[in-house]
Amino acid sequence: MSPSLYSALQIAVIAAVTILLRFLPFWLFGGGRKTPKFVSYLGSVLPSAIMGMLVVYCLRNLEFSAASGWLPAVIAGAAVAALQALTRRSLVSILGGTALYMVLVNFL
Amino acid sequence: MKQWKKNFIRTIPVLTGYLVLGASFGIVMQSKGFDVLWSIGMSAAVFAGSMQFVAVDLLATAAGIITTALTTLMVNARHLFYGVSMVDRYRDVGKAKPYLIFALTDETYSIVCADETLSNRDLLQITLLDHLYWIAGSAIGGGIGALIPWDFKGVDFALTALFISIFTDQWSKTKDHLPAILGASLSSASLLIFGADRFLIPAMLAITLALAVLKRVRKGAEA
Repeated sequence: MSPSLYSALQIAVIAAVTILLRFLPFWLFGGGRKTPKFVSYLGSVLPSAIMGMLVVYCLRNLEFSAASGWLPAVIAGAAVAALQALTRRSLVSILGGTALYMVLVNFL
Repeated sequence: MKQWKKNFIRTIPVLTGYLVLGASFGIVMQSKGFDVLWSIGMSAAVFAGSMQFVAVDLLATAAGIITTALTTLMVNARHLFYGVSMVDRYRDVGKAKPYLIFALTDETYSIVCADETLSNRDLLQITLLDHLYWIAGSAIGGGIGALIPWDFKGVDFALTALFISIFTDQWSKTKDHLPAILGASLSSASLLIFGADRFLIPAMLAITLALAVLKRVRKGAEA
């Protein structure tokens, strides 16, 4: 098999597994007329839990050996949360926090 | 048009993050000898950010098919979670349902979670816009990435900020903070135990289990 054909095959496998993961819950629980009770329950509590998990996921590569490895993310992250709680405007908190982060990592 | 504009504004944080991350992806692909068409193709067909970065290595080393499949399974298993929590929400979203599920990324999921009033048309526009941002970013990176003189270091924090802002919003909107606390603390514990490359699946199992126990305990408390 030529190298580029093999690469295409790999991409097809990656796409197929990803599609499978995305569709599986809908195939398993979305077919009937009613969603199983436990799945409905998970649907009501999971979003908050997942958002907590995603925040940790984004910060998983912080380096704690030097302050520059974690401090910018922690300061900017706290700023995002504070701005969001105060203004309730996602664009303000996200763009403000990101700008602060860029200043911190580029100039400090 | 008005609706497109509204959804464009809703997705500006994703636009920022996807253009930069997509461009970095295109640049990395280019550096391993895969030209812009490969980047565009993969971004259109896979549309899963962190997995695509892992995929560059798998492609560059011509990793085996089983390794490729298992790695994808590990990195993308969190999508099972999104599906489970969207079974109800996406039940009657109409003809676009397969596309909405196919293109449900971390970021689109967050935006959909953050606003329960979104119409079916909003859902489609948001999903499509995010997909296009990602493809555009990859095309820019793969096409002219080497020519970009500017250092965008840190812009990708926009996506972290997106999740933090939604986490904060959900926190102030609900009285029940336990699911959020469980999600964050069990993920952190899992990260400490299993490390950055392996913590997601144990974290998901622990969260599901804890939420099941929580349901049972609360039911017991009511009775």
